[in-house]
Amino acid sequence: MNRNASNTKPRNYPSPELQSQNSDHVLEIVPEIVLQFLTSRRDRNAASLVCKSWWRTDALTRSELFIANCYTVSPRRVVSRFSRLRSVTIKGKPRLADFDMLPADWGAHFSPWVTTFSTAYPWLEKVHLKRMSVTDDDLSLLAGSFAAFKELVLVSCEGFGTPGLAAVASKCRLLRVLDLEESSVDINVSDYSGIVDWISCFPEGETHLESLAFDSVCSPINLEALEKLVARSPSLKRLRVNRHVKIFHLYRLMHIAPHLTDLGTGSFDVPEDTEDDELVFESPFAASKSLVCLSGFRDILPEYLPDIYPVCANLTFLDFQYADIIDTDEIKSVVSRCHKLQTLWVCDTIFDGGLQVVAQTCKDLRELRVYPLYANDGVEGPVSGVGLEAISQGCRKLQYIMFFCQSMTNAAVVALSRNCPDLAVFRLCIIGRYMPDALTQRPMDEGVGAIVMNCKKLTRLDVTGVLTDRAFAYIGMYGKLIRTLSVKFAGDTDLGLKNVLQGCTNLQKLEIRDGPFGDGALCCGLQHFYNMRFLWMSSCKVTRQACQAIARTLPHLVLEVIDTEQDTVDDVEILYMYRSLDKPRDDAPKLVTIVH
Amino acid sequence: MNEMTRNERESSEERKLELRLAPPGVENWFKTNNKQRDYDYDYESKLSLSTTNYFSNTNNTSFLHFPSNKPIVRGKESSSSQTCCPKSVELQNGDNKVTAVSNTSQKRTAPGAVVGWPPIRSFRKNLATSSNSKASQPESHTQQHNKVAGKKPIDNNYGKGLFVKINMDGVPIGRKVDLNAYDSYQNLSSAVDELFRGLLKAQRDSSGCGGNKEEEEKVISGLLDGSGEYTLVYEDNEGDRMLVGDVPWHMFVSTVKRLRVLKSTELSAFT
Repeated sequence: MNRNASNTKPRNYPSPELQSQNSDHVLEIVPEIVLQFLTSRRDRNAASLVCKSWWRTDALTRSELFIANCYTVSPRRVVSRFSRLRSVTIKGKPRLADFDMLPADWGAHFSPWVTTFSTAYPWLEKVHLKRMSVTDDDLSLLAGSFAAFKELVLVSCEGFGTPGLAAVASKCRLLRVLDLEESSVDINVSDYSGIVDWISCFPEGETHLESLAFDSVCSPINLEALEKLVARSPSLKRLRVNRHVKIFHLYRLMHIAPHLTDLGTGSFDVPEDTEDDELVFESPFAASKSLVCLSGFRDILPEYLPDIYPVCANLTFLDFQYADIIDTDEIKSVVSRCHKLQTLWVCDTIFDGGLQVVAQTCKDLRELRVYPLYANDGVEGPVSGVGLEAISQGCRKLQYIMFFCQSMTNAAVVALSRNCPDLAVFRLCIIGRYMPDALTQRPMDEGVGAIVMNCKKLTRLDVTGVLTDRAFAYIGMYGKLIRTLSVKFAGDTDLGLKNVLQGCTNLQKLEIRDGPFGDGALCCGLQHFYNMRFLWMSSCKVTRQACQAIARTLPHLVLEVIDTEQDTVDDVEILYMYRSLDKPRDDAPKLVTIVH
Repeated sequence: MNEMTRNERESSEERKLELRLAPPGVENWFKTNNKQRDYDYDYESKLSLSTTNYFSNTNNTSFLHFPSNKPIVRGKESSSSQTCCPKSVELQNGDNKVTAVSNTSQKRTAPGAVVGWPPIRSFRKNLATSSNSKASQPESHTQQHNKVAGKKPIDNNYGKGLFVKINMDGVPIGRKVDLNAYDSYQNLSSAVDELFRGLLKAQRDSSGCGGNKEEEEKVISGLLDGSGEYTLVYEDNEGDRMLVGDVPWHMFVSTVKRLRVLKSTELSAFT
């Protein structure tokens, strides 16, 4: 319209708006081409903030979506922004729900999501859920709606059973991954009447299965059908069976699938009615060259432990956390052969002595988790600072440590901080509450301080024990990279929490239980709460009035309060707080109040 | 003593509780008296333990089992009759009220446990303790020094459990029992009864025994004397199958490798 009538311009020079249309066009093409190389969600998020057109391009082209809290955004909003998702990850309940701290019907239902996605994303391929409530109907809808469905991963989910699994098995013809890690499936073992033989529901002919992990399914399975399934799954690399699979059948499966890289051994026990002369099985472990991950051992028969010796030298991942019946010598006999081990999960039946063997052998260890067996007993525990220090001296590459113990010393924690500079996750749980340093009786401030000071890559910190304001001052001062902080039965005054909220600039997830922190401290985080994924405070000194005030000040923050006793002062029992783009949820159970 | 001053502080706090949404000024509401803040914490006053899980997902019991106490950090006076101190550290502080808190239907929670503590999944809690369902909770393992050699030599004095497998006719998955938790055949027998009673009933139910669903769980009795429907036998370290109850307890514990609960009718070999 408004042509620039300058005579100096050459005649075939494009007009300004044509020019700008061209450059817009270029501007739109470039991100589309470039953005497809951006797969990391953080990069994508950043790119989408550059300008409207980049936002649009991202929305049109993003194929993987990660929703850290299912209530921060509604399914409708997701669907209206992103039109071509292939893979969705959704996390639901807060972590402490795993320990029975929330009512069973708290929420995190998958139903609204699968209902909305079933029409919006017909080409959805992968669904990963964590701590969500999933029903058989949901699984049935999922199986029927997505023709190209490939991966279903359900971590710590509940609400479904074998009927749902049967639906997935029978209808998802392109299924590659079915992983039910730690999900409660048919946990009510006595009710076998409703069990469906889902293994037999996989279609005939070759399957595309690469990973089948059903170790947490409590119901029996059709062993013969399982063997046939494994036999016709040439791509199967990962197989984790449940407790109902005994050694005999496990070995047969291993013979059928010799190229497995990841094996969950189920019970590792013999069937109850086995006669003595049937007990000689040829161990397929000796022939296995590819096995690098081993787990299971739910009812392990110690006599069979030597069968796994041949693969130990290749193992990079060993999960012995359920092998509670074997003693420290037996664990040592395995661990002393695992020179390449990078991840080890054990029970504290390993004892400090066993940890010393780990330290001597597993020089490549990156991750160690020590779970408690004798959770409530006694003051002296099987593992202690001695074992921790030994590990720190032997395993210098350690990045992740989770350690349950009855008591700990500052010296050991300080040693760990010095010896393992790559440590990114430090989770110490001293089971005896309010325990000070076992040797000096001083608070654990020094140890925690050393960890945050010396471990410059620390992103996750779980602390218990006697901790004063000093420890939290250290955390606030040095913990600049910390994203997840969990504080249990620790703390002194509000100053502690205040230092954390003001100091830890990258804090995303904060869990506090049974701490002395109150309104004053909580209100110090006002400028930070919108940046956080959630905040959990239970059995602290936060009042309802403070919650109401915060809710009024920060309208996009959802404050869920659980109070089981009505006749008390306004101290809130559980506060769970998170940001949300949509209005607060309407599926909360009676005990949960949404404060506004 | 800490508790008293906390209560006083609590009420003066409430009066001062003027909600300011800015960081609190210099005012430190917990005017901690530095002299008091010794590192010898009064553990016992900090403890106020509930008896049951608030929200036990695995049991069908309603989660409305509210403890009548609150965790002490709220500064409340707790009705102390519910203090239960399984750890010897807490026993030091005088108030040795090891009142076994009534642990009604919650077999899976150790008496005196706190909600969600320790932070492990509920099925993990059942790993070791399910075997000890009715056994007296070992208060301290120093009391449970392994008096006998047990199956394998023990590293140190930590009173490790002596786990043996136990299978029952008709029940596909075996269990484990910690023999160190019992000191007599009678205790072991009642524990076995507890362990399998529910499962046995479930097996009967699911095999469709007519309208017997309302039938009470039958007590598994007479395990030791051959008078009941089932009998307890064991395999010793020489591989022989023996009736439980013939030898002195400690001898039994030192030679047992495995336990079985057989139908008494199948015991013809043992006449």
